[in-house]
Amino acid sequence: MDQTVAASGAPGSVADPGGPGSGRAAESGPPARLTVPHVLRELRRWAGIVPFGVYVTLGLLLPMAAVAIGAFQDSSNGSFTLSNVHAATHGIYLHGFAQSIELSAISSVLPGIFGLLIAYAIFTAKRGTVLRQVAITASGVFANFGGVPLAFLFIATLGSSGLATQWLTDLGFNPYDHGFDLYSLAGVVVVYMYFQIPLMVLVILPALEGLRPAWREAAENLGARTWQYWRFVGGPVLLPSFLGCVLLLFGSGLSAYATAEALTNGTIPLTSIQIGSFLNGNVIAGQENVGKALGLGMVVIIAVVMLIYVTLQRRAAKWLR
Amino acid sequence: MAAVTGPRRREPLPIWRWGILLVAGVYFLVPLYSALKFAGFGSFGSVISQPGFTSSLGLSVRLAVITTLVTLALMLPTAVYVHLRLPKLRRLLEGITILPIVIPPIVLIVGVLQLAPGFIKSTPYLLSLEYVVLAMPFAYRAIDAGLRALDLKTIVEAASSLGAGWINTLWRVILPNLATALLSATVLTVALVLGEFTMASLDLYQTFPVWIYVNSQTSGQVSVAASLLALFVTWLFLLAITVIGTRQARKTGGGQVTLFTVARQETRGSE
Repeated sequence: MDQTVAASGAPGSVADPGGPGSGRAAESGPPARLTVPHVLRELRRWAGIVPFGVYVTLGLLLPMAAVAIGAFQDSSNGSFTLSNVHAATHGIYLHGFAQSIELSAISSVLPGIFGLLIAYAIFTAKRGTVLRQVAITASGVFANFGGVPLAFLFIATLGSSGLATQWLTDLGFNPYDHGFDLYSLAGVVVVYMYFQIPLMVLVILPALEGLRPAWREAAENLGARTWQYWRFVGGPVLLPSFLGCVLLLFGSGLSAYATAEALTNGTIPLTSIQIGSFLNGNVIAGQENVGKALGLGMVVIIAVVMLIYVTLQRRAAKWLR
Repeated sequence: MAAVTGPRRREPLPIWRWGILLVAGVYFLVPLYSALKFAGFGSFGSVISQPGFTSSLGLSVRLAVITTLVTLALMLPTAVYVHLRLPKLRRLLEGITILPIVIPPIVLIVGVLQLAPGFIKSTPYLLSLEYVVLAMPFAYRAIDAGLRALDLKTIVEAASSLGAGWINTLWRVILPNLATALLSATVLTVALVLGEFTMASLDLYQTFPVWIYVNSQTSGQVSVAASLLALFVTWLFLLAITVIGTRQARKTGGGQVTLFTVARQETRGSE
């Protein structure tokens, strides 16, 4: 540390983190931001988040980087190649991406809307704290529910001999006669909603709490009807958060693996299942890194989604603070 | 200045609300009921005697304990520090901690299995280290909600003016005040670990969810019973924690504690 001080304290030293000639710049510019003590103080302030930063780097960022690099490496000799990416964006894998995006889009918008309605119903039930607590804790549990148990739940319910299927058949409406199939894309959407709606409830609640009662009162005092309040006040304020949460659900739907795997047994070509089969070793030799290219593809989709999410959050923040 | 909770709203909200909640109730409860009926009450008794039940549940519980400890040790100081010293970073931290929800675990485990050194890979505890990452979105939000409900700055200043060091403050002042938030974070983390399948199955360790999967091929009913049991017990825990937490918070004058948000006390007046 001391050496850094000495080195960067020398005028005009290029290694100075403050950039060349930072001392002089401090005198001429209004805020003295990049002086050495200031930089040191800044560094010390940031020290508190180093453990977290290191952990995230090792546990999240480096593995993702490894996947990204592997996507461009030949499976056998590690040399640079575009063949993995080429394979991942053609044929069944391209179809997989298309199906995955379609599934995630449907299973983010629908649960997004239902989740918002449910969250609002819970949120406005101020005095019903029991309802509130039951619903929110249940959301916490169901948002993490998935995989084989969830698949079982729905096979017992909406499978061809499931309980709800029987009830509906007794009522004269057998869903299987009307084109419904639990193992189709529509069926998977119905199942995904079981964890997507609770996730939506959890992530949208803070945004609902940002909706100040005072705004409602002010609108009412100015003579606004309920729909006018939602059209001109509540809606515009909530919209960015809502879209942000829907995008989050999109990511969650895209990354779901266990549920789709357990339910469809691979009948729907989804990217996550395809990556899983690479990991399970069901691949032709020399193609191992295509799985990484698929992974990279998912991350690229997610990155685009996140970019939109961050932009929307920033807009929401401007409104709410 | 008095409480603003008067009966101001006069729209017919209740009917609308109960309609929504009824639909939601049907959607969420009917599958549970069907599964219960499919499993039959008899199979709940035989869950415990199934081969592999004890060892897989034991492994999952061990993973849950380690994951929770590491998560709290990592996230609590970070969240407190950011709240106190780097409030500008809160949004960034929120963004980073949301990443594990959207980054597919299946992609993450590909990279992890490639990079992890052999001595970690040969133990199941590599899973714990990754579960910490997966639990971050839930744990950070729970802790963040707790911190927002506290007047952290005043508390810390009071502690330091009484001569408490940083660690002392964290351990003896902040920690007790955050008990509820930490419990929420714990239960959410435990719920995640007890339900995680993707990484465990690809890392080839038989955790509880993997066991349910393997076992389902021989005895489906028992598997369903086991997963219903796990679901119910986790939920009961979570509910107990929020109820107790809210009761305690009321006693000490805090807001109502939920998992992600803390309703400010309305008697404090407008901001």
